[in-house]
Amino acid sequence: MQSSPEILKALENESIEILRETAASFAKPVMLYSIGKDSSVLLHLARKAFYPAPIPFPLLHIDTTWKFKEMISFRDEVASKYGLELIVHTNQEGVEEGVTPFTRGISEYTRIMKTVGLRQALDKYGFDGAIGGSRRDEEKSRAKERIFSVREAGHRWNPREQRPELWRTYNTRLRPEQSMRIFPISDWTELDVWHYISQNEIPINPLYFAKERPVVWRGDQMLMVDDERFPLINGETPENRLIRFRTLGCYPLTAAVESTATTISEVLAEVSEVKLSERATRLIDGDKEDSMEKKKTEGYF
Amino acid sequence: MATPKTKPLIRLLTCGSVDDGKSTLIGRLLVETDSIPHDTVATARSVRRGGSTIAAGEIDFSLLTDGLEAEREQGITIDVAYRSMSLLNGSRLIIADAPGHEQYTRNMAVAASRSDVALVLLDAARGVRSQTLRHLTICALMGVSRVAIVINKLDVFDYSKEKFEEISAQIAPAVARLNIGEHAIIPVSALVGDNVVFKGKNLDWYTGPTLLEYIQNQNLAEDAMTSPHFGIQYISRVDTFRGLAGTLVNGKFKVGDEVVILPSKKKATIAKMVTFDGELTSAGHEQTLNIVLEPEVDAARGDVLHLATNAKPPADRFTANIVWLGESELIHSRSYLLISGSTSTPAIVTTIKHKINIESGEHDSARTLKMNEIGVVEIATDSPVALSNYSDSRETGNFILVDRSTLNTVGAGMIVHALRRSENVTEQAYEINAEKRAAQKGQVGKVLWFTGLSGSGKSTIANELAKELYALGRHVYVLDGDNLRLGLNKDLGFAKEDRAENVRRVSEVAKLMMDAGLIVIVALVSPFRVDRDQARELFQPGKFIEIWVNTPAELCAKRDPKGLYKKAAAGDLPNMTGIGQEYEAPLNAELVLDGTLELRVNTDIVMEIAK
Repeated sequence: MQSSPEILKALENESIEILRETAASFAKPVMLYSIGKDSSVLLHLARKAFYPAPIPFPLLHIDTTWKFKEMISFRDEVASKYGLELIVHTNQEGVEEGVTPFTRGISEYTRIMKTVGLRQALDKYGFDGAIGGSRRDEEKSRAKERIFSVREAGHRWNPREQRPELWRTYNTRLRPEQSMRIFPISDWTELDVWHYISQNEIPINPLYFAKERPVVWRGDQMLMVDDERFPLINGETPENRLIRFRTLGCYPLTAAVESTATTISEVLAEVSEVKLSERATRLIDGDKEDSMEKKKTEGYF
Repeated sequence: MATPKTKPLIRLLTCGSVDDGKSTLIGRLLVETDSIPHDTVATARSVRRGGSTIAAGEIDFSLLTDGLEAEREQGITIDVAYRSMSLLNGSRLIIADAPGHEQYTRNMAVAASRSDVALVLLDAARGVRSQTLRHLTICALMGVSRVAIVINKLDVFDYSKEKFEEISAQIAPAVARLNIGEHAIIPVSALVGDNVVFKGKNLDWYTGPTLLEYIQNQNLAEDAMTSPHFGIQYISRVDTFRGLAGTLVNGKFKVGDEVVILPSKKKATIAKMVTFDGELTSAGHEQTLNIVLEPEVDAARGDVLHLATNAKPPADRFTANIVWLGESELIHSRSYLLISGSTSTPAIVTTIKHKINIESGEHDSARTLKMNEIGVVEIATDSPVALSNYSDSRETGNFILVDRSTLNTVGAGMIVHALRRSENVTEQAYEINAEKRAAQKGQVGKVLWFTGLSGSGKSTIANELAKELYALGRHVYVLDGDNLRLGLNKDLGFAKEDRAENVRRVSEVAKLMMDAGLIVIVALVSPFRVDRDQARELFQPGKFIEIWVNTPAELCAKRDPKGLYKKAAAGDLPNMTGIGQEYEAPLNAELVLDGTLELRVNTDIVMEIAK
């Protein structure tokens, strides 16, 4: 996939238009910030969209308490560097019930800590429009979703009854029980994101770059032992390997790839070669063929 | 002159009737150009959906694009799937795979609205079907500039040239009639893989391009653009900075250009064009930017900037093509929200001129448009809007209609032209106005709008009220629904759209009478909330008093003063409110009367606010 400067410019203009439409249309918009590369691009686009004014909505991070340590420190650095209003929400009931990636099945853990956590936060603050960094090339049900995607009561997505979305004339009107999810980088591909990061020198999380990190094997996937909570199997000791991450999530659910790429151009070269979808390194998506759609209908991004 | 730039993003639509092989074609195109991750392809090799006849180990291409559970279960496409791939000329191709079923036509229209190139698939065995014609019609209507008719499944006919020519001849009249400009007819077998990405050996009689070559050869260039249009999306404010944020389309702006703000027609000069990447001296098509005007005249979201030398007068009446998308049909005279870009205003369809017969292209007369029907209408907006003709610009000639109660998008509109009338009619201000006329009568003009079921007691209370007001020396007039149907409204029936028009006319008459200084009493079933809300919008706050005579349906039926409930029970009145049609109770009426109470009690209550 080629990402020429002209293509990136066209994609950028489209995304900026969507972000402005969002800020103008909703009473209380919010931008989901997941600390990954897509969020970094989204944040950069928002800074561009409203410049010279500051970003007119807060950022929301749903912290499952199982994110990589380097994600949290990066998040806080970015928030202070750009003077952002950052809201961090954790599903405390889930924490109190002892829900972890190891005590529950992966999908149950994700549902409670991510989906329910997100719904709690949206309800708590009364956000009517939530901006996310999903792209249509990530997954099949995302390939079907509108840019302005209506959620019914309980944040449910009804994929069979999507509101028609024509031209660039967006219908942002909502009934009281509805809310909106907005996807400004729907038409971007993974490579566009990397090229854009490179072209605009956007700061991204150090976990995307290769470094010696302690890992163990689970099946054919390599997991990083980010803290002492990771249950090691009898006598197992983590080995140090030169690895990096293609996507970022909860560390026990995000597989590493072996890599020597330590600069953005090396990462770009590597990503251009890889022919596997990026979500292949996410443990959660493999559960069932339509698992993403299922999660989305429950309110996941 | 410089060669026009190729568009960086090219949008391709694939459509045609169900089972004509769209998903397989897209799947093959993506796999053979190596545009799909290998693990995704591996899944499509191993997973099979029920009824699949594809051999084990082969790729089920349709699994690559049908992304919803219901789609995979039923083996059909419900909604548009978007996929990206690169073209050899460096452009990005964004493919929109549209559903073929008639019931999902609106999702096909979603994909067509932004597409540059369409592939309309035909199954060689089935030939031209009504969905083929419907999709071709929508492509033509929505301005898809290049269309390839793709005749698929030729493998079934042993790649017969005669079969190809037979079907080409079948489709030719429709292509000619629809005025589809640049088009091609291309034979393929998506299943076997002939003439999609690779030429294959089976179509040796065919000398034209493969499908991929056809797409790559389109060389879509930006048209010469001379009518710059900047829709204001958002006002960006910080410290003393006040920028108008939006996207410029259809031409260029330079610093120093004189612009006119529409619809207010105020003029100003572009002082600065600000972006994150620095200030610009000139900006072109699709550029997002902040414009600072000198002087900083009043401008708001939804307003539009044109060059002062090239400004189009805004209009409030248009002829437009409409694709109806709503579950409930288009109601003539009902107020919808018209949205185009960031501009929105209430609007009504004043006339349904005709609907288009998909099969023949003929104009059929129509009183309404149902879901997936296409028609030509006249539309009137509450305030003037700066829209272009769709044939001049897709970006500025489109609009959607939104249902004001469900807030769903129910119509996709394309401006044919503005109607002259709107430019020629200007409201004339007279010095003897409503206040003076009412003062002369020693009263304050207002409208008391009684709504409720037939037999609820509206006319009885209205009559009593008129008597008492008259006795107090007030000038009062009763607009009674039944009486008006003997004259002004005798052309109207009781279907939804007729009731909407009935309410519209009565509310306009009430407004004139109030303007004349009268206290106007309206007694009208007016069962639909949107229609009543639309009436209310004609008046200043406080001048329109909605009074719901709330009487239980059983009591109304028992009273049955006009014998209507009896007729309805016998099946003679299908649109009787409360029987065949719903009564939508007011949510925010100024007054709710209990219709079971004595007439005296209710009259006294209303007199309190009527005097």
